[in-house]
Amino acid sequence: MKADPDGVLTGTHFIDGDHACCEGALAAGARFAAGYPITPSTEVVERFAARVPMVGGCFIQMEDELAASIALQGGVWGGAKAFTVTSGPGFSLMMEHIGYAAMTETPCVFVDVQRGGPSTGLPTLPAQADMMQARWGSHGDYEIIALCPNSPQECFDLTIKAFNLAEEFRVPVMFMMDEVVGHMTEKVVIPPADEIEVVPRKHTRKSVEEYLPYATNGDMVPEMAHAGEGYKFHITGLTHDERGYPNMTTQTQDKLVKRLQNKIRVAADRICMVEEDRLENADVVVVSYGITSRVAQRAIDMAHERGLKVGKLRLITAWPFPDKKIVELAARVKAFVVPELNLGQMVREVERAAAGKAKTIAVPHAGGGVHNPEEILNAIVEASRC
Amino acid sequence: MAKGRVSIVVERCKACGFCVEFCPTHVLELSGAFNSKGYHPPHVVHPEKCSGCDLCGMYCPDFAIYGTKSAEAKSADAAKDAKAAGGEK
Amino acid sequence: MLNVVDDTVNPVEPFLRTDRMPHIWCPGCGIGTTVNSFARALIDSKIDLESLALVSGIGCTGRVAGYVKLDSFHTTHGRAIPFATGLKLANPKLNVVVYSGDGDLSAIGGNHLIHAARRNIDLKVICVNNLIYAMTGGQTAPTTPGHATTSTNPYGTFEPAFNLPHLVEAAGAVYVARWTTFHVRQLARSISEAFQKKGFSFIEVISPCPTLYQRRNKMGDGLDTMKYYKEKSKVKNGAPTSEVGLTLNGEIAVGKFVDRDRPDYQSMMRAQYVESLGDLYVEMTDPEEPEMECVCG
Repeated sequence: MKADPDGVLTGTHFIDGDHACCEGALAAGARFAAGYPITPSTEVVERFAARVPMVGGCFIQMEDELAASIALQGGVWGGAKAFTVTSGPGFSLMMEHIGYAAMTETPCVFVDVQRGGPSTGLPTLPAQADMMQARWGSHGDYEIIALCPNSPQECFDLTIKAFNLAEEFRVPVMFMMDEVVGHMTEKVVIPPADEIEVVPRKHTRKSVEEYLPYATNGDMVPEMAHAGEGYKFHITGLTHDERGYPNMTTQTQDKLVKRLQNKIRVAADRICMVEEDRLENADVVVVSYGITSRVAQRAIDMAHERGLKVGKLRLITAWPFPDKKIVELAARVKAFVVPELNLGQMVREVERAAAGKAKTIAVPHAGGGVHNPEEILNAIVEASRC
Repeated sequence: MAKGRVSIVVERCKACGFCVEFCPTHVLELSGAFNSKGYHPPHVVHPEKCSGCDLCGMYCPDFAIYGTKSAEAKSADAAKDAKAAGGEK
Repeated sequence: MLNVVDDTVNPVEPFLRTDRMPHIWCPGCGIGTTVNSFARALIDSKIDLESLALVSGIGCTGRVAGYVKLDSFHTTHGRAIPFATGLKLANPKLNVVVYSGDGDLSAIGGNHLIHAARRNIDLKVICVNNLIYAMTGGQTAPTTPGHATTSTNPYGTFEPAFNLPHLVEAAGAVYVARWTTFHVRQLARSISEAFQKKGFSFIEVISPCPTLYQRRNKMGDGLDTMKYYKEKSKVKNGAPTSEVGLTLNGEIAVGKFVDRDRPDYQSMMRAQYVESLGDLYVEMTDPEEPEMECVCG
């Protein structure tokens, strides 16, 4: 389905990542957002508040992130595509409702413009230390999708992708920006609406008598209905059966929770997006994401100038983690170098997937700024000596 | 001829006693019989006094009892309503 | 004759998910009684059930969502009101009812309660107040009257309790009433009145929790409590809400306390946008018809 032209600001813009993210949401068809101010994410919803009354949507600033993260889900069940935007402390507050979205299979997008932590940390400075939290932050077993843009252009393009994945898999999608990507101003090209593919809500076509809110077939994703259409369905965060009714037995739990995971896992190949460069003869592969990937690019280029055989693997999808790619590379490269603006998060996934077949060298950074390319270059040089 | 009748869904009853207590004409009492959960459901002891007001139904937390008006009582009600509506013209 | 089998139907039956009966509430619990009044109000006000949505939180009263045959949402603890807000804003045609308990709405949900009242979001909130956290085993709630025994105040509570009508009136609610589960018809009437109103309506219903609150405080069972409500309630329509606080075994002021008019959130929002944007303003569009996507091959 093509994007609704009312929400598409076609043209060439010079805007920052936060603003581009808002435009991406509008282009994707988002017409409801509930937010709460938190640096460095606030501009996303400030722009949405300014734009949305002219495109037939609604924004409400709620009284806290707990309210925002569930109000957006009410908006989804009322028929809209909806999202919220936050940073570390707010992301922590939203965890219960991320779990609720996963459990009730509410399609929506949570944008986290990561900043230094823990706690209040560094409100205006970058980090990438919420990556594990994005995957494991809520309680219980569930699976989410997480995307990492590394430029304002990607903040536009990948936000649309985030909404599309959310609708396709009926899952909350974590949009993991960072303060630098959010606040850097670059050229953003927004194409005409008919060049933008948008995935519509997986709305049921079944009759009221036939419809079961959580009945599924092959793709493990149930069809959705909205409040006010006569289906009189029940939605609960309790473990439930196909009718949506609470059914708290081990068999129902097993069936439900495994399906919530498997609907993502079996499609992982399709969901996982990476950017590759010069991997064919690489001895060392630099695995990075977000703003760090921009710095890593410089380090990789410097390494090439020295004749080192270094490839790039940029994670565009962080979750589900692209295991297969790492497994395949681990079989033939000497080492992975993983720079991150944290003290070691995604590097653990690389190490796990490599299973000892290649060395994994972390290049941690506590946050507050970006790496110096030399730090990453040094790690590449060390890795090449393995 | 009673103006109303009580219907009881015995298996839902948990013998809270609300219906017995709040029936305005004391139609009901808890019986000596048991349902399968071991509760004593109510039974009708004065059927002739039932007005079909459904207060028993309104009070019952278990949706186990309700009152309905007889056909005659319903048409008498309808006539009264029509008269009141006509008088307001 | 114990089981009358005939062709009559309990008026509340069409509103129930009968495939989920019997419910989990205890003998003598008043929540089921409130559901009867709610059903009565739905019948009397001729509400279109297809555009009615019911949102609840967590707790014994929160389970109401699972037992009514409506579009119903059993959400997270304390967050029924913000969820309901999102629902209402995304589809303004919906009639949205929040049905939850005193702990859920005034403790963990307290912040959302006061903000929704302040904003005058068009929600009908039915707060079943059993003066305790029942589902989790009888802990102190912000509404537990002083000197009651609970599981987290085993030597007696000593905190003052919230006077909920006073709180929501101060926050901005346009309709505030309180009844007990004894006042089944008045409660139904209040709910019907709330359906006629635009804005934040709050109806508190005092209800027995015989298993925990009444038992721990040696107040008898559900029936004893209903008799206490009958004896100690005083109808005080229009009373100042500052004077309707509850005490242990004391008088229960019931009635319609507040019934005023002020523009609801969406009216104010529309007015503001029209004033600022004029013709540029595009109202939240109706949710579209399901996209007709080709399913062949």
